Amino acid sequence: MATQKQRPLSPHLLIYRPQITSVLSIAHRFTGVVLSFGALVLTYWLTSAAYGPEAFARAQAVLGSWFGRLMLLGLTFSLFFHFCNGIRHLVWDAGWGFEMNQLRATGWLVVTTSMILTLASWFAAYAVAGGS
Amino acid sequence: MVEFSLPPGSKVRPGRTYKAAADAARIKRFNVYRYDPDTGDNPRLDTFEIDLDACGPMVLDALLKIKDEVDTTLAFRRSCREGVCGSCAFNIDGTNTLACIKPIDEVPGDVKIYPLPHMAVVKDLVVDLSLAYAQYAAIKPWLQADSAAADGERCQSPEERAKLDGSWECVLCFCCQTSCPSYWWNEEKYLGPAILLQAYRWIADSRDEHTAERLDFLDDPFRLYRCHTIMNCTSTCPKDLNPGKAIAEIKKLQAQRR
Repeated sequence: MATQKQRPLSPHLLIYRPQITSVLSIAHRFTGVVLSFGALVLTYWLTSAAYGPEAFARAQAVLGSWFGRLMLLGLTFSLFFHFCNGIRHLVWDAGWGFEMNQLRATGWLVVTTSMILTLASWFAAYAVAGGS
Repeated sequence: MVEFSLPPGSKVRPGRTYKAAADAARIKRFNVYRYDPDTGDNPRLDTFEIDLDACGPMVLDALLKIKDEVDTTLAFRRSCREGVCGSCAFNIDGTNTLACIKPIDEVPGDVKIYPLPHMAVVKDLVVDLSLAYAQYAAIKPWLQADSAAADGERCQSPEERAKLDGSWECVLCFCCQTSCPSYWWNEEKYLGPAILLQAYRWIADSRDEHTAERLDFLDDPFRLYRCHTIMNCTSTCPKDLNPGKAIAEIKKLQAQRR
């Protein structure tokens, strides 16, 4: 008998329609990875403060540049999204919120809440520090 | 293992186009995944133009029309044509559902029909379900009771019986199973939503006396806990069941007995 060619694998990720369920799940993972990177950034900032005025000034310049601020904006959103969706996971663990309408509602609630919290904290930061 | 792209032999190439008759008024294009094990060529995507005025309302009607009138070699599973046998499960318009209860009208644009995702393809839309069936057998989907039945039969109160609603209706079409990214990446070790819903069906059964053993079997980092509450399963179930919630109930029972 001729050896049979291995059966092909049917298409999956690239043909499956993205939806609120899967997109928020992968976003939760992604923001988790981003936050690990954010922990390094925070460590760098604190270490530079301990190192001396010059190092701290350099760190401030790096983080205060437009690129640094964009990165911090991303980190802030990641923090709030991961936090809010983490609460969503805790609620699931308690056994609530598994109906499709609840899943959609809590999903969009997490997205809007984390956006509002991000904007609010940046407005507050600029109000206090005046953008410098 | 997580692999986003398809292996070289699985990549889908463009296929043939079968035009509708010139006088057809309402044309809908169906892009159908094809694989022929006899040639062993890469899978391809064939396009069939169907006149909706000469076709039934459901996606399965179009597939049957193609098989009857256009290309008799098209292979797919089907039986009841009313959503109770679970045979005609495909990925239609990006989500898994039963072709027989999916109206063509609900699909905007071309109708894309792929086999159930991340499965070994036997031919065209037919996938190898043997692993999923073996996983089903592993949870012992039958009543396990050692004690003698009280009056010759094992009675349930209406409340006890109600706990089985939402799980006995499952037709084992494996739409949820193959919609789950966790199952895509760990199909050998993770039982998947369809099997866990059935596992819960027997855990929740008041007549079953092996509940602890069933929970022991599931108390495993992969078999149960690969579920990360993505919820594609519940989102895609053509019978509107809730495998994700059933899995959460099993996790709760595991936590409660610690």
